[in-house]
Amino acid sequence: MTGQHVPFNYLPILLQFLVAAGFVVVTLLATHLLGPKSSGKRHDATFECGLDSVGNARNPFSVKYFMIAILFVLFDVEIIFLYPWAVNFKALGWFGYIEIIIFLTLLMCGFYYVIRKGVLNWESREDND
Amino acid sequence: MSWIILKIIFISIIFGLSLFIAMYSTYAERKIAAFLQDRLGPNRAGPFGILQPLADGIKLFFKEEFIPLKADRWLFLMGPGFFMITALMTSAVIPFGPDITIDGKSFSLQATDINVGLLYIFGVVSLGVYGILIGGWASNNKFSLLGAIRAASQNISYELAMGLSIVALVMMSSSLSLKEIVDQQAGWHWNVFYQPLGFLIFIICAFAETNRAPFDLPECETELVGGYHTEFSSMKLGFYLFAEYINMFVSSAILATLFFGGYHFPGVSSMDPGIVKTALSVAVMFGKIFFFIFLFMWVRWTLPRFRYDQLMNLGWRVLIPLAVINILVTGAVILYKMM
Repeated sequence: MTGQHVPFNYLPILLQFLVAAGFVVVTLLATHLLGPKSSGKRHDATFECGLDSVGNARNPFSVKYFMIAILFVLFDVEIIFLYPWAVNFKALGWFGYIEIIIFLTLLMCGFYYVIRKGVLNWESREDND
Repeated sequence: MSWIILKIIFISIIFGLSLFIAMYSTYAERKIAAFLQDRLGPNRAGPFGILQPLADGIKLFFKEEFIPLKADRWLFLMGPGFFMITALMTSAVIPFGPDITIDGKSFSLQATDINVGLLYIFGVVSLGVYGILIGGWASNNKFSLLGAIRAASQNISYELAMGLSIVALVMMSSSLSLKEIVDQQAGWHWNVFYQPLGFLIFIICAFAETNRAPFDLPECETELVGGYHTEFSSMKLGFYLFAEYINMFVSSAILATLFFGGYHFPGVSSMDPGIVKTALSVAVMFGKIFFFIFLFMWVRWTLPRFRYDQLMNLGWRVLIPLAVINILVTGAVILYKMM
C-alpha cells in the first residue's frame, strides 16, 4: 500500500475537494432560492449598531497587523526549512544538530531584534513607525 | 475501478460524518455549557432537545439571504464558501482506523496516505484564514474588517508556534505521513509522553487556530458585534459557524493522531486481526476525538477571553521561544540515545 507515492495518491484529495465544493455550491444556491427577499435603502445598509452608517470600511488600519503579516512570511519560510531537516534528523546525526543550532541562533537573533524594535508591543500608545 | 468507487464511498462517509459530528457538536456545546452553568440547555425540539441542531439547520436554510449594498458581492459569496471548503478538505489525510480487507484486497481507512500528510494539513488549515479575511473585507463593515484582520493576524501568529512544535515530533518520527506516525505509537508509545511540551504548545495553538475561547477575539461580541461574520445571514452565516465546529473536529482528530496514538490502544497487538479489532480501533479513535472536542468545550466555558496584546504576547514571546527550546532539547536527547 504505502511506500510508493505517485500523483495517483492525490486523487482522493481531488475527490474530496469536489464533494466539498459541490456541497457548498448546492447549499448556497438552495438558500438563495429558498429564503424570502426584501430590500430597501435602510435594509441594505451595512450594520453599524442601528445608526446610519458613515463612510465605508475601506479605511487604513493599524500598521501593526501588516508588520505581523510580514514577520509571519519570514518566519514561516524558516520553519518550512526545518521540515526536511527534521525528517532526515536521525540520518544527519550530530552534524545536522550543530548546523541547526547555528541556523536557529541566527533566526533567534532576528527574533530578538524584532522584539527590541518594539514590533510586537501592542500595549504602547505610541506606534513605532 | 472498484478502488475509486470504494474511495468515493469512504470520502462520502467521512464527509457526512464530519457534518453530522459538527451538527451534534453544536448541540453538545449547548448542553455542556448548560451543565457547567447549572441550567437545562435546549430541551424543546424532540426528547432532550435532540432535534435542536436539525431545527437550527432548517431555520438557517429558510432565512433571508442578505447582501449589503456596499459589499463586494462575489467576494461576499466566496468568503464563507471558501472557509467551508477548506474546513472539509483537511480530513482527507487522517487515518481513522487500521487497514481492512475487502474481497481479499487491503483497503485503508484513510482517504489518502500521502507522504507529506502533515504539510498538507498545515497548507489547507492556513488557507482557512483567507475565507475569514475575504468575507470580513468584502462586507465593507468596520466591525467585520476589524474582526477579519484580528483573525488573520491571530491565526498566522499561532501557526508559527504550531509549525515549530510539530518539528520536534517529526524529528522523532522521521516521517510526515500521518499513517506512519500513528503506527509508530502502537502500544503505550504515545507521542504525548515523549513530547509533553510540544503537545501543550500544539493544543494551545489549536485553540487559537480554531478561534475558540479563550482565543475567540475575532468574534468578540462586546467590542465587535459579530466580528467578521456580522453581515452574514442564512447559510453563509451557517458556513462560518459550522466550519468552526468542523475545524474543531479535525483538530481533535489531528491531536489524537499525532499525540495520542490515533486508533491504537494498549493491548491491541495481542488481539486477532478481524472485524472486532477494526471496529474497536475505530471506536477508540473516535473516543479520543470526542474527548478532545469535549476538552475544547470545557475550556471555552471555563476560561475568560484574552486581551489582544496578551494573545499576541503569548503567541510570539512565549510559545515560539518555547517551541525552539523544545526542538533543541528533543534533538539532543534523540542523539544522546542513539550514541
